[in-house]
Amino acid sequence: MFGITSYGGHIPRLRLNRGVIYGANAWMAPGLIGSAAGERSMANWDEDSLTMAVEAARDCIDGFDKSQIDAAYMASLNFPFEARLNSGIMATALNLNSSLDSADFTASMRAGASALVAGLNAVKSGDFRNVLVTAGDRRITKMAYTHELLAGDGAAALLLGSENVVAEFKSSFTITDDFADHYRGEGEQFDYNWEERWIRDEGILKIVPKAIQGLLEKAGISGKDIDRFVMPCMFPRVPMQIAGMVGIEAEKAADNMHNVCGDTGTAHPLVMLIAELENAKPGDKILMAAFGQGCTVMLFEVTDNISKMSNKRGIKGCLADRKEEHNYIKFLSHRGLLHQDQTMRAEANWRTAMSTLYRNRKMILGMVGGKCTKCGTSQWPQMETCVNPDCKAVNTQEDCEFADQPASIMTYTSDLLTFTPDPPAHYGMVTFENEGRGLFDFTDYENGKIEVGLPVRMVFRIRNIDKQRNFTQYYWKAKPIIKQEEV
Amino acid sequence: MAEGIKDKVAIIGMGCSKFGERFDCGPDELMVEAFEECIQDAGIDRDEIQAAWFGQCYDELGTGKGAPGMAIPLRLPYIPVTRVENFCATGTEAFRGAVYAVASGACDIALALGVEKLKDTGYGGLPAIDGVNSGALAGQILPNISAPGAFAQLASAYRAKHNVDYNDLKRAIAQVSVKSHANGAKNPKAHLRKPISIEKVMGAPIIADPLGLFDCCGVSDGSACAIVTTPEIAKSMGKDNLVSVKALQLSVSNGEEVGYKDWDGSYFATARQAAKKAYKEAGIKNPREEISMLEVHDCFSITEFVTYEDLQISPEGGALKDVMDGFYNSDGQIPCQIDGGLKCFGHPIGASGLRMLYEMYLQLQGKAGERQLADPRVGITHNLGGFPSANVCAMAIVGRYE
Repeated sequence: MFGITSYGGHIPRLRLNRGVIYGANAWMAPGLIGSAAGERSMANWDEDSLTMAVEAARDCIDGFDKSQIDAAYMASLNFPFEARLNSGIMATALNLNSSLDSADFTASMRAGASALVAGLNAVKSGDFRNVLVTAGDRRITKMAYTHELLAGDGAAALLLGSENVVAEFKSSFTITDDFADHYRGEGEQFDYNWEERWIRDEGILKIVPKAIQGLLEKAGISGKDIDRFVMPCMFPRVPMQIAGMVGIEAEKAADNMHNVCGDTGTAHPLVMLIAELENAKPGDKILMAAFGQGCTVMLFEVTDNISKMSNKRGIKGCLADRKEEHNYIKFLSHRGLLHQDQTMRAEANWRTAMSTLYRNRKMILGMVGGKCTKCGTSQWPQMETCVNPDCKAVNTQEDCEFADQPASIMTYTSDLLTFTPDPPAHYGMVTFENEGRGLFDFTDYENGKIEVGLPVRMVFRIRNIDKQRNFTQYYWKAKPIIKQEEV
Repeated sequence: MAEGIKDKVAIIGMGCSKFGERFDCGPDELMVEAFEECIQDAGIDRDEIQAAWFGQCYDELGTGKGAPGMAIPLRLPYIPVTRVENFCATGTEAFRGAVYAVASGACDIALALGVEKLKDTGYGGLPAIDGVNSGALAGQILPNISAPGAFAQLASAYRAKHNVDYNDLKRAIAQVSVKSHANGAKNPKAHLRKPISIEKVMGAPIIADPLGLFDCCGVSDGSACAIVTTPEIAKSMGKDNLVSVKALQLSVSNGEEVGYKDWDGSYFATARQAAKKAYKEAGIKNPREEISMLEVHDCFSITEFVTYEDLQISPEGGALKDVMDGFYNSDGQIPCQIDGGLKCFGHPIGASGLRMLYEMYLQLQGKAGERQLADPRVGITHNLGGFPSANVCAMAIVGRYE
């Protein structure tokens, strides 16, 4: 047996009420009203497809022996780098083995599903023991475009393997069809989309049922055997219509999460699948369909191990960690779509020395510090000479991961002078429960609710964007652990 | 065992430019302004200067790297000139170089000059941290910390440690600034010369919580300098009423505050070390009773506040009471920032340590005009640079040569 052995999700904490998008654009695009209900997830300024994928992966592999992971794949339509392996950055951030296969999957809305198929085939072949598959999308659209309302930001991660399988992989079936419902030419920022009715009638309603039927035949089952049907779709009723066409009961079609999150692009089939796994019982057969220049359909059967997943943050936990945002301008600014004055302080030269980054990649990207083998002191960062004044041993440090260590705030301020895309900048000294401390930016905080001793969780985020060279620089920040009722 | 610097070197001349937003001046003009006053005060010819130390922090805004930046505008006679930089303690660092050179016998007369030309950035505050200029690695890991943001964190830790209410501390540090503004108003060379009320300080816009606009010192252009020699040579030149160096100490963070468990964020570990050594070097047993006046590094009101305790003037946890009692006011037991401090005299980084000594020198010689204290005998300058978690603390004790 092989299949999904763990899962994790990340939906940004910020949720933009769609009414504000509609309200700002109704004067020129009154038709947006049709999609303006509910709220969409909104990446903070320091979140992108990669940081969200890393956070989903951390949730997914928490407690798992990372040395057993042989491959890490990431899918996105909005990678921060067109040239530089994004899954490689992810692997470094997760401090995975360096003997690791990795690949970026992109270009199609079903790239997340494609990565999943590739990962499962690798496990099936026996080449790789465990494969980590993530998909993350911070989807950038033009202002006032329907997809600005339909899209959400988010990521999903699945661990694939043959031990402790929670959802057995049964079969997959893919149709490849150059149906260009949207495209983005080289160097372009935005997708160009064709008429929605054509996409629905000539694309989705023709290609998806054919792919599902292909899978059902291959697996030797009928639509009636399917317990849950997962299919992202911009047309809310179409999945039910398709279910009917292939013999699946209409109520088995899962909600597309439009009201709470929006369509997270390549991640969305996985996000919806995880949301179903969170409510699944052993024996459930879940059919997942991902549309995009064809269609990939996958069939999973939930096992008894599903009960072991109850401690995951998952999609459910992310959706519960929620803060409403009502500022459309802030949404646009966070996505780099505005050219506002950010003061001269924003003009600093932020060129990143690649040689320095590489030398220090474990620290900067992987949050790996040191632990002295002589006196046992954990320390951040790892340096040649031990920080303990009673030790000061030289070259006695071994790697020590800090990312998952419980931590709390020791000093703080909120700074209105310095440049940050979301002033005031909050930062301060963070102490780790297990020794070690450092100065870190804070993120996802509640303004005015920071205090000495507040527990924080370290998260992988954008530290800075070098606009001159379009280089996104990543580092770790402290996210206050806030009880939802205090928001 | 080293016996220290006490009474081995005397200051025979000092000069200080007007501090402020000197948009009409570059660093050259500022240096000449301070130097001319200094050399006339010393009563020597510039060719008698045998070695010089030049302090400047932001070379990218000032004269660039190296020492010709000072040697050329002052037309120094092909002597050794050394440029030093040690954050905001740069001025004291230049002074230390000159004093040690004289004490060693390597030369008879040495010059220390500090200058900073900040008002060419185009914006308020100190220059922003720059990914390249802040060091390649630091530029990839440190938060984008501003100076007020760095020091504001002291307040959060101090409140937590001593269980002080937010508004009580806010009011006490406001009083620190009110006191300095009252002093600065009497100083014709000061950048900011308006007295202010505690309400105005507390109601001012926040810069980095809890620090508001009036909790932050002036960002100024300026220069200050000193000429030093031995007391014996000074006397042979006919000088009386001599001011001599009693102690010079420097303490630099080694990463324990920012990396080990002991420091709690509410004080300066370096200042406590520097103070202990400086008092020993100067032979001071009870600073609260023996010191006549203080010039501390009040880049921010909270910095001055915690420094009272670091220098063992206020007991630990006792600064708030001393401040509110007026202990540090011009008519208090130990006047602090009698010239207005960084807060009002201004803070041209490389000049500040020497500017503090300039006020001590004037006060000890009875030349401080409207600000003159009654019979000061010994004063401390405390000059600090960097962040509370990693910094450079320089201290000088000067007094009458008796």
